[in-house]
Amino acid sequence: MENSPNNLIFKTTTVLISFLLLGFSVYLFFSGHNSPGGGFIGGLGTAAALVLMYMAYGFKTVSKVLPINYRILTMTGVLIAILTSAGSFVFGQPFLSHTFTYVHVPLIGKMELATATLFDLGVYLTVVGIALTIILSIAQDRSTSEENTSGQDTYSR
Amino acid sequence: MSALQDDFASIVQMVSIICLIVLSVSIILLIIRVLKGPTNADRAVALDAIGVNIMAFAALLAIILVTPNFNDIVLLIGILLFIGTVAIAIYLEKGDLIDTDDN
Repeated sequence: MENSPNNLIFKTTTVLISFLLLGFSVYLFFSGHNSPGGGFIGGLGTAAALVLMYMAYGFKTVSKVLPINYRILTMTGVLIAILTSAGSFVFGQPFLSHTFTYVHVPLIGKMELATATLFDLGVYLTVVGIALTIILSIAQDRSTSEENTSGQDTYSR
Repeated sequence: MSALQDDFASIVQMVSIICLIVLSVSIILLIIRVLKGPTNADRAVALDAIGVNIMAFAALLAIILVTPNFNDIVLLIGILLFIGTVAIAIYLEKGDLIDTDDN
């Protein structure tokens, strides 16, 4: 783009803030179902960080750095959610039932390990995949319908 | 000592409620600015200020309800507000948010 704006400050800030947001979303993911947090809001935070990187550096650059097909990510998340839900059949329990235990980890102390975290991992991956699929589809559709009619395949990654 | 602490707690509660009322008036004025702002840049700045007021709202609610659970929310609102403001700024300047060009 010839008249691209000078966004050096934005690009430099994105390096800091997107990784801050990624770390914070992981914290939200693990803070789990006893305090505010969980898979959904953690996934939204991760999606927001990735969208910030896409806005700062453009689609091509971030696709080169993160070669992730977000539809496959969505399918993986739903599959993890279904399998961990159906895993309770192995122990003779109803669908979606979960359990937890307390373990003692050195340097951290008593930790609660819940099997709901595994289900939350599926929710996390699904939310990241869905949000980025929607946002990137809208961005590419707008760009191709208005100015970029040079026969570029919009569905190629 | 305990009576002093009780007085202090009640004063903090009262001041927090007064601050909530003032913040509500501020948000209403900013919504008027968003609705009838002459240019889109005015609307962007007003939305940014509404987000800052919502952060203060969450912090004051954490004080009033005496719970630490709102502290994460304040940080999350701040970061998402930054992303939203950046998105509005890029939209006003370029028209498309994400570059899909080849170069």
